[in-house]
Amino acid sequence: MSRWLVAPILIPMLTGVLCLLAVRRPRLNRWISVTGAALELAAAVALLAAVRSQGTLVLQVGGWPAPFGITLVADLLSAFLLAAACLLAFTLSIYSLASIGAQLESFAYHTLYHFLIMGVSGAFLTGDLFNLYVWFEVMLMASFVLMALGGERGQMEGAIKYVTLNLLASAFFLAALGILYGLVGTLNLADLAVKIGGVTERQPQGMLMAVALLLLVAFGIKSAVFPLFFWLPASYHTPPAAVSALFSGLLTKVGVYSLIRVFTILFVQNPDLTHNLILWISIPTMVTGVLGAVAQNQFRRVLSFHIISQIGYMILGLGLFTPLGLAGAIYFTAHNMIAKTNLFLVSGVVERLQGSQWLSRLGGLYVTQPLLAGLFLVPALSLAGLPPLSGFFAKLSLIQASFDARQYLAGGVAVAVSLFTLLSMMKLWNEAFWKPRAEDAPADAELPDRARWLVPIALLSLVTLAMGLGANWFYSLALDAGHQLMNPNNYILAVMGGQP
Amino acid sequence: MSITVLSGLAGSLLAAPLQRTAPRRAGWLLALLPLGLFIYFLTLLGPVSAGRTLVETLPWAPGLGVEFSFYLDGLGLLMALLVSGIGALVLVYAGGYLEGHPQLGRMYAFLLVFMSAMLGVVLSGHLLTTFLFWELTSISSFLLIGFDHKDETSRKSALQALLVTGGGGLAMLAGLVLLNQAAGTLSIPALLASSPDLLKHPLAGPAAALILLGAFTKSAQFPFHFWLPNAMAAPTPVSAYLHSATMVKAGVFLILRLGPVLGDHPLWTPLVSLTGAVTLLLGAWMALSQTDLKRLLAYSTVSMLGLLTLLGGLRTPLALEAAVVFLFAHALYKGALFMVAGAVDHETGTRDVTRLGGLARRMPQTAAAALPAGLSMAALPPLFGFIAKEVVYEAALESGLFAFAAVFAASAVTVFAAAVIAVEVFWARPAGSPPREPHEAPLALRLGPLVLAGLGLLAGLLPGPLDRALLSPAAAGLVGHPLQPGLALWHGLTPLLAYSALTFAAGALLYLARRPLRRLAAALTAGFGPDRLYDLAYAGVFRLAAWQTGLLQHGTLRYYLNLTVLAATGLVGTVLLLYGGLNMPAAFPGATFYEVLIAALILLAAGFAITTRSRLGAVAALGVVGYGVAAIFLLFGAPDLAMTQFLIESLTVILFVLAFYHLPDFERFSSRRTRLRDMLVAMLAGVLMTVLTLSAVGIQIFPTISSYYAQAALPEAHGRNITNVILVDFRGFDTLGENVVLALAAIGVFALLKFPKRRQP
Repeated sequence: MSRWLVAPILIPMLTGVLCLLAVRRPRLNRWISVTGAALELAAAVALLAAVRSQGTLVLQVGGWPAPFGITLVADLLSAFLLAAACLLAFTLSIYSLASIGAQLESFAYHTLYHFLIMGVSGAFLTGDLFNLYVWFEVMLMASFVLMALGGERGQMEGAIKYVTLNLLASAFFLAALGILYGLVGTLNLADLAVKIGGVTERQPQGMLMAVALLLLVAFGIKSAVFPLFFWLPASYHTPPAAVSALFSGLLTKVGVYSLIRVFTILFVQNPDLTHNLILWISIPTMVTGVLGAVAQNQFRRVLSFHIISQIGYMILGLGLFTPLGLAGAIYFTAHNMIAKTNLFLVSGVVERLQGSQWLSRLGGLYVTQPLLAGLFLVPALSLAGLPPLSGFFAKLSLIQASFDARQYLAGGVAVAVSLFTLLSMMKLWNEAFWKPRAEDAPADAELPDRARWLVPIALLSLVTLAMGLGANWFYSLALDAGHQLMNPNNYILAVMGGQP
Repeated sequence: MSITVLSGLAGSLLAAPLQRTAPRRAGWLLALLPLGLFIYFLTLLGPVSAGRTLVETLPWAPGLGVEFSFYLDGLGLLMALLVSGIGALVLVYAGGYLEGHPQLGRMYAFLLVFMSAMLGVVLSGHLLTTFLFWELTSISSFLLIGFDHKDETSRKSALQALLVTGGGGLAMLAGLVLLNQAAGTLSIPALLASSPDLLKHPLAGPAAALILLGAFTKSAQFPFHFWLPNAMAAPTPVSAYLHSATMVKAGVFLILRLGPVLGDHPLWTPLVSLTGAVTLLLGAWMALSQTDLKRLLAYSTVSMLGLLTLLGGLRTPLALEAAVVFLFAHALYKGALFMVAGAVDHETGTRDVTRLGGLARRMPQTAAAALPAGLSMAALPPLFGFIAKEVVYEAALESGLFAFAAVFAASAVTVFAAAVIAVEVFWARPAGSPPREPHEAPLALRLGPLVLAGLGLLAGLLPGPLDRALLSPAAAGLVGHPLQPGLALWHGLTPLLAYSALTFAAGALLYLARRPLRRLAAALTAGFGPDRLYDLAYAGVFRLAAWQTGLLQHGTLRYYLNLTVLAATGLVGTVLLLYGGLNMPAAFPGATFYEVLIAALILLAAGFAITTRSRLGAVAALGVVGYGVAAIFLLFGAPDLAMTQFLIESLTVILFVLAFYHLPDFERFSSRRTRLRDMLVAMLAGVLMTVLTLSAVGIQIFPTISSYYAQAALPEAHGRNITNVILVDFRGFDTLGENVVLALAAIGVFALLKFPKRRQP
């Protein structure tokens, strides 16, 4: 089985290449894209099942033993998030057919799309810190082009801020890598873990802490935590909805994943410093994000700021640094990937129907689009943490974990922020759905290919519901993943074989 | 039991299609579902009154301590009967009230969802199951208050109710998590059986306070009461069902339910009874000035919810019994009167009492329903309200003068309110004229009030069987031991009877003085209240949000970069200082002349690149920097690296020159101060990176793994150039990724150049 570990990386790559070859034949291009995404999803689900039943899977790429070659590793965290990401990739590949349009497609949209997925898969699966950097570059380049494609002024402006700040993150990441390699002489995560774990003198420890914080900053920028999130609200509302949705579901989550990975396997010697810092960052991240959302008057800008707030919840779980906290973080991340992406999809339909993102220009969809209204409520209420949807269990697990660790302030903030989340979601509801539309507004546009617009939304809504009703399955998966992360020896043994 | 609870959800799916196929009969047909549930619950009266409790547990998320479980005892059964019975009447009523409304199907659906949720709340056997349904009632209430969604007031009121009860719900959730930590379980049977030691746990107090906060918001207790009168923006069937008879009692229900568990905590009785007493008086006072029938009833409901809370706080056996009895009486008469108010509104087009009067002639049957309901509310015999009020008085007297005085005052206002709706509207001389010529309400609108008022009369005449079958078992579960059923219409000539007579007289006086009283009360109440406070807080949140967002996200890339770099430098620098991780070499031994020269060249070029205004000059200077770095590579024995670097630098410069040739020189848009600040930030970051790099050079904790590559390159990878072997074999996977990056960049360049410019509108 373990040789299939490379499949989630190769499938999107081949799909991307085939799409490029078929770029002049739109129908074929689309077929390839959706088929590739479906295969990718199948591979990811199969991988998750395999990891669930067989434990952590490892592939030494090229047959070179760790730590000399590059190792691919799938533990529960990787496999779970990969499956969630591939679900999004598949759903969005269908949504793209309706929303992207022939012109963008002729500029290799599908290739960019699948290469982005490749980067995400690679990041989730690699067991090598430099290789992670490479996947970050793939994601950054693909996302930059996707963001700028279309050439509208606002898009370029957003894209430039996006790429500048993210390049800064890359620079910090690379600097940290260089210093780390100088100190420890290896880049394989498991090997690094063993070696760093053995360092006891204070001065080298100080250097390692400095590296840890450089990585915290680099991944912190990628995952948009306070006060490093500026690039996100500056750019996410500019590209087409399908692209925003893809970014919201995947990019910051890879940052969160990297934080979780690095701060559970490499830098665990000083949780009083590192993890407490993360915990303290999580609080203003939750608060400023949701307040930012409340202040916005455009559909997608509200959603963009929301992403930040919810990143706060995810790293709250990491900051707690308990199995329960990590389980909460993982469950929350998966929940959020699905629900938040879904809201971006709804925003795309709304924009298509009423030609605007401005809340003041929207309205009346409760009467004209009852199905869409219902489908909006599922992810919106899930984000606000209402039972029986996924968001309730995600929040409950984090609140429980916080109180369990006696972090009453952080837990309390997590509870209070939910109220503002509810407020901003209901603001969207009131403005776009309930409020009658302005009298001078043109009639709603037609929605051709209705199924392609709405089936992805319905599918993700169902998943949100299923993650709530079947919370036990998902939560025990997340909890097992949390336990795995708190005991990295398994990971190390799996990678290094018998010689840790 | 789970099926009974969830059946409403299934029914709600049928509502819209049914409404489409049988628009006139849908309400009646859908009412069969709650009616069936009602009958089912009636069959449970026997076993439950014999002291049995029914429990059903389905595991849901045991890892999170969440169960989907149900627990039916006397109290639950009482509430379930009210919810299903009134539910059936309300569905019929809604069909008449909103006849022809395009969204009537949705109304039915939401009402059924609500009924399910409410049944879930009162029958749940696990507090997280309670919470699940609790929040579902909030959401369905939101959708129902905002039913008239084109009206801004409706939307605002719906959001207000949702935020207030939702906020309380979140507090309650936090409280439940704490309670779970203190008690180790949230299962209601287990909690009821838990030991009194639970109260000594340090988290028990905060848990109780937070849960009570949730209950108070739901049951519209001061200072959260304001949402309830505003919720009258909802269509009347909703007001009758959710906002008087059932949902607002959920908080009281929870207080009663958790009384045996947390009620002995020292915080409980003062907090709960004081909140109840304040609400009781406040609601009564606010009712005096109301001329809108629904708002009058709403404030009266607030007042009576305060009474129930007060009783739930006192927790004497008598108080608990009184709470149960009064809860039942209130649901019957208040549900009926709300429906009457709706019928009047429907037939006359107004709910303003100052424009109504003498409707008994035109609407005799509605008047006939209003009269017994009003008499019950005014606590006159032989109606059930009288019996309930007697028990309440008895319990209040037992608890002291203050409680009794509060209840007495509020009861007098209740008599007044009852007189307004049952007498003034129907029998008094008309004060003004309604917008429409009144007619008798259709059957659908009369049925509910008639049935509920009739039940009030029946219960008053035959209190014994009701007490034995339903009320005593319900109270017994709260008290903890079986009660002797003792409700009766006639207790003889007791002081209680005198008090009742006095109350009635006081209320009658208030009614006679109603016109000046309304003016006076309105003049005195105008001003600052929690409602205004909510508005301020609401606006304040938006202002704070806008301010914060303007501060953090004001759109300038320069500022973002500054902050990001400062944050990074600050964090890393602090840790370095804290840990003393610095390990700067004291001198640079063996720095050759060439090295110094190259370093100086690099520095000079970098300085020039920053300061020059010529684009091409800056590009060339950057090229010099790159060449300098390459030269260093060369000096330190990495010729292949240096070659690559030379190539890249040359290409970059050439490309830049081609691209920039036609662009104008740099302009300076920023002030000197800004540039100075930027320079400081940049230098800080530069110094940090330098220090870090230099420190790292001195420490090598472990030898690098690169010696392996030297050994394995030829024998195993069959290559003589180690760097190449690393790139294409050992770490070939990296190279694959980098190739993809290149392909992406190529597509990007092509697309950005070739993409047709869209005209900006």
